[in-house]
Amino acid sequence: MKKHYAKREITELCGAKRVGYFGLTQFYVALKLIAAAQSGLPVQVESIKCELPLPQFMALKNDEIRYSNPTELHGMKCQIPYVTMEKNSFKRVDDGEKQQEKMSPIMSPVSSPPSSPSSYQRVPLTYGYGKLRSGMDQMHAAPYETRQHTLQQEGSTSGSHGPKPTRRQTSLIQSLSVEREPQESNSNYPDDPWRITEEQREYYINQFKSLQPDLSSFISGSLAKNFFTKSKLTIPELSYIWELSDVDCDGALTLPEFCAAFHLIVARKNGYPLPESLPQTLQPDYLQTAFLKPKWDCALFDSYSESMPVNQQPRDLNRIEKSSIKEKTDLTAPAQDVNIDDKQALKISSVDEAMPKDLSVDTATSKDLNTLKARPRSRSYSNTSLEEAMKRVEEPPTPPPRPQKSHSRTSSLDLNKVFQPNAPAAKPGLLPPPPALPPRPLMSQVLHHNTSNDSISQTKLPGQLPGYGDFRLLEQTEQVSEIELHPQLTRTPSQTEESGSPVKKDLPHTQPPSKPIRRKFRPENQVMENQEPSSVSGTSSVPTVPTVKPHASIQKQSSKQKKAIQTAIRKNKEANAVLARLNSELQQQLKEVHQERIALENQLEQLRPVTVL
Amino acid sequence: MRKKNKNKNNKNLNASWLKPYSLLQNYPLYIRSIPAEQELKFHYTVHTSLDVVDEKVSAMGKALVDQRELYLGLLYPTEDYKVYGYVTNSKVKFVMVVDSSNTALRDNEIRSMFRKLHNSYTDVMCNPFYNPGDRIHSRAFDNMVTSMMVQVC
Repeated sequence: MKKHYAKREITELCGAKRVGYFGLTQFYVALKLIAAAQSGLPVQVESIKCELPLPQFMALKNDEIRYSNPTELHGMKCQIPYVTMEKNSFKRVDDGEKQQEKMSPIMSPVSSPPSSPSSYQRVPLTYGYGKLRSGMDQMHAAPYETRQHTLQQEGSTSGSHGPKPTRRQTSLIQSLSVEREPQESNSNYPDDPWRITEEQREYYINQFKSLQPDLSSFISGSLAKNFFTKSKLTIPELSYIWELSDVDCDGALTLPEFCAAFHLIVARKNGYPLPESLPQTLQPDYLQTAFLKPKWDCALFDSYSESMPVNQQPRDLNRIEKSSIKEKTDLTAPAQDVNIDDKQALKISSVDEAMPKDLSVDTATSKDLNTLKARPRSRSYSNTSLEEAMKRVEEPPTPPPRPQKSHSRTSSLDLNKVFQPNAPAAKPGLLPPPPALPPRPLMSQVLHHNTSNDSISQTKLPGQLPGYGDFRLLEQTEQVSEIELHPQLTRTPSQTEESGSPVKKDLPHTQPPSKPIRRKFRPENQVMENQEPSSVSGTSSVPTVPTVKPHASIQKQSSKQKKAIQTAIRKNKEANAVLARLNSELQQQLKEVHQERIALENQLEQLRPVTVL
Repeated sequence: MRKKNKNKNNKNLNASWLKPYSLLQNYPLYIRSIPAEQELKFHYTVHTSLDVVDEKVSAMGKALVDQRELYLGLLYPTEDYKVYGYVTNSKVKFVMVVDSSNTALRDNEIRSMFRKLHNSYTDVMCNPFYNPGDRIHSRAFDNMVTSMMVQVC
């Protein structure tokens, strides 16, 4: 209790509240104050001016973690906590300490040295900070390691702790605060305009592919020129952007160069002034390592079967996870063309706003919509733990991923009801909602068709009445197994389905699933044919599905049919709504494109008399 | 003495684009000098030295075009300054005017400077947004020229 109170005081004192987050300065000051508090001194600014023992933190679980002694920091050559073992850092994230929103943007001022570690190293740094934060929360009296981390390029001396820490503390804090500001604007992780986010990266990669399918090859100068002039920037500006981004001056753009150029164009269109020189985060070698980084993270993520407690993660860690995950999927994407379209950022919306509409808007938005619907389905199969984490990251309230595909045959009817109510909740997938559920509508439709077929088959077949009860049981199990087969079967077609409206394909997709089932049940169905169509009334529906499915049914069919019909109706209505919305959006785009065309034609008309000369 | 006298230690760089199919059109793509106020005088100097360049180029004969050296050497020594020339294979001429009092500059250095100029110019050409014949606005080119001039002065 007392500790918490002291902590609050500390955070207040070090100015975190004023600034809104724990900047570097605040962090160091806070650590000093903690040391003061732990040594019994009152928590005041003056108390940190004297020499203090190192603040004690909880023993770290991992010995490989190296933390710098904050009192050793001086000037811009401060040590940054560096986690050597990313694996363990990830595990610690899983431990997921209680959150302090203030602490979350620690990422931003981490890069205090000008030649700060690349973002690759920043990933472990956040985890390092996360652990440090957890240590601070605990405030246990246990020594923590103060070994220097090895990665720091500017050699920070450890011996500086002894000599004149007092004078240097305040001066360094001031210098830190002064020096931090300009750099923070450049390297503030969430806000850095020169850092390519994952969504942007994927968008750029896709644009690159549209110009040059081979990702490892070049885009020629003329091709790039035509492409970039579409961005409607002035030629001198484009020339300058090219000059910045074509590092090797070969007149062609590799993928990282292209991404850098594209990013600069995007920034320029958003109003950012062009930099004097290419920012470090846009350099080709940096981007190359960023492209390669996912391979590292892949291995790391694969080692984790548990999904991370995402809700407890700070926003930046979320982003890092997402970025790592997306990068991982980004890398795996080239291997599978199917997934590429999927993983083209969901958050293209941000890029869409930035990019002018004439830059392949149609493909972007259509891909956007397609990816929105297609993404959940395909994502769920690449890496279950990852995708679960992803789903949880983006849609916390969604139900857990779809139940096991291979649940054993149960005799309870409840499974039907379990599945059916879920079906209306699921939409064809054009909208973000539950990623886990799209196949179910297919299944419910199939079920609906099946049930309708059942009734038909029943009405067709003259009834005999052998062991009624047995058949009911058998029918239940069949339905269960049918349901269980449906998700599998509907998933496979849906997985391959990438473009186009999912709703349209729903109906055709019901065809393939039903066939195997029909084949499977044939021996049993022959037995079923003898069953008397009992009080099955009502559904005089014409067989919309050509494949008649001989399936036994009982009086419960009618209620099931009603439910099925209702769910189907609901689903269709939702699909209609979605399609209508899509239609309106496309109409809007069409209008805009028309307007542009008219404007261009006008310009052409105006120029024509001039060019005639 | 030489180094302190910055005003006189001038360099003027001039590149022209020659259009072979029409009248000789030599216009500068890029001019830079230190100090800037005497630029007009150097315009004149460079323009007159173009004749010397043409003379040297044609003197080599058409048969030797491939082996022709790009560096033309001292074009025109006056009492105040020396003019060096360099022409590329695409008939783009580089003209450098150096103050005569700067005796530290040797031929090799001039050659290396022209080489650097040529490299920077090819980098400028690599930019697809640069149309040959435009004035050169490339910042990289500017920086390179500045560094070179500072080096000499």
